[in-house]
Amino acid sequence: MPATPPAVVTLAGVGKTFANGTRALAGLDLAVTRGEFLSLLGPSGCGKSTALRLIAGLDRPSAGVLTWGEGGAPPRPGDLGVVFQEPTLMPWATVAGNVRLPLRLTGGARGGDADARVSAAIARVGLDGFAGAYPRELSGGMKMRAAIARALVTDPALLLMDEPFAALDEITRFRLDNALSALWAELGKTVVFVTHSVFEAVYLSTRIVVMAPRPGRVVADLAIDAPFPRGERFRTSAAFAALCRTVAQALADAMGEELA
Amino acid sequence: MTTPDRGAAPPDTPAGADRSGAPVAAPRWRDRIGRLALPVVALALGCLVWELAVWGFAVPPYVLPPPSTVAATLWSDRVLLLDSLVATLTTTAQGFGLAVVGGAGLAILFSQSRLLEGALYPYAVILQVTPVVAVAPLLLIWLPQPLAVLACAWIVAFFPMLANTTLGLRSVDHNLLDLFALYGASRWQRLLRLQLPAALPTMLAGARIAGGLSLIGAVVAEIAAGSAGAGAGLAYRIAESGYRLNVPRMFAALLLLSLAGIAVHAALSLVSWLILRRWHESALPGRA
Repeated sequence: MPATPPAVVTLAGVGKTFANGTRALAGLDLAVTRGEFLSLLGPSGCGKSTALRLIAGLDRPSAGVLTWGEGGAPPRPGDLGVVFQEPTLMPWATVAGNVRLPLRLTGGARGGDADARVSAAIARVGLDGFAGAYPRELSGGMKMRAAIARALVTDPALLLMDEPFAALDEITRFRLDNALSALWAELGKTVVFVTHSVFEAVYLSTRIVVMAPRPGRVVADLAIDAPFPRGERFRTSAAFAALCRTVAQALADAMGEELA
Repeated sequence: MTTPDRGAAPPDTPAGADRSGAPVAAPRWRDRIGRLALPVVALALGCLVWELAVWGFAVPPYVLPPPSTVAATLWSDRVLLLDSLVATLTTTAQGFGLAVVGGAGLAILFSQSRLLEGALYPYAVILQVTPVVAVAPLLLIWLPQPLAVLACAWIVAFFPMLANTTLGLRSVDHNLLDLFALYGASRWQRLLRLQLPAALPTMLAGARIAGGLSLIGAVVAEIAAGSAGAGAGLAYRIAESGYRLNVPRMFAALLLLSLAGIAVHAALSLVSWLILRRWHESALPGRA
């Protein structure tokens, strides 16, 4: 067995109970490995978004611990990029202004250096020419691209994405999946991606963790070994269909267990 | 760097690219002229009927002056009336300015401290719900007259600013707040870069209300004060003309007050539009 790459972050026995008594997560064990594209897949209410918020440091676990790799220090601002389900752009700022925000807040880069990083991030997501556009002038897919550029501008080691394409139409979603997959293959970042789409998870991931609800927990952990780059050919291949069936079965088992 | 979908097609089409199409421009113009011309025509017709009725029924000018007499009075009393207009507008502007600074400032303090908000907000409400006409006599005893008038203008204009700014500062997108927390934003950065810009639309709506109310506050206080002298405002002129049965001058002053109100509203709407037109839904073309 090959040596496992170091974990970026490890969740051990993590639970989260909200003030209203809802148990969103219970006994979650999860290690995010350096460089992987990990999808958290599950039905609504399985705590996958909660897990992401815990990793992002936006919430604190009510049980268990998060351990960070590389000396155990939690990430500093800018070490993490987050893309939410909504584009979450500031409507009063242009695309460039929105993408620049993380640099402004962290003081990470100033002046010409910041300008260069902002334009590079905008170009990377295919939005060149739209730097001066305001969010309301953009389509849903373009807004999401801007949100991804903003998450990438600090060059974070870990990118957290919470169902970023769930609100988009399927054609736009496929396009963005393609772009994201290419981006991941090129930049080599660690990505944790939350989705409830089996197809999207299989298309994008190197590993899929299937979660079940009430309380949220891991029920299956599946490696997706198909080679990169993946494109339309992969999406229409028999291997893709077979992988989808396996993952869908795992998800159905999780749901059945819940129904029983 | 590659984005695989770019060669085949532009990423996605910009929404609203078709908004400034030429074919719709012509009817929209005709529409706009019609909208402007209609009330003007109605006004002209109304004035004509009024004029003819006054002459026809031989109504004395101390009951109802004809429009021509009002216009003549406006011209003959122009120095007096313009002085009064300037006095009222100055009070309005000062009251408005203080209300914007005070209301927005207090709302910002409230947003930083729930304790302060809990302690002071009820009193701001009391200030609002107590009719200013009832407070004016007391203020006139306590304060020199110009200051009392200014205080009345401020009192009525202050609350819409406070309430609207408070609402705006609280209506910040939760995901954006998370984003700011993620990047370790300071309280100051959050206020300047997130909460205040997010509150701008409601603050500007509050300012539009406050501008009109400031004028009303000034008028109410002037009437309550009821004393002449330098710096007597338009409302005082109306009261004074009423005592003297100089009804044409009453009409002339009333007309100027209306125009002042319209000007205040138009100016604040313009400022609001200029600030919001690039990004806010309320400033989209065709939604005025």
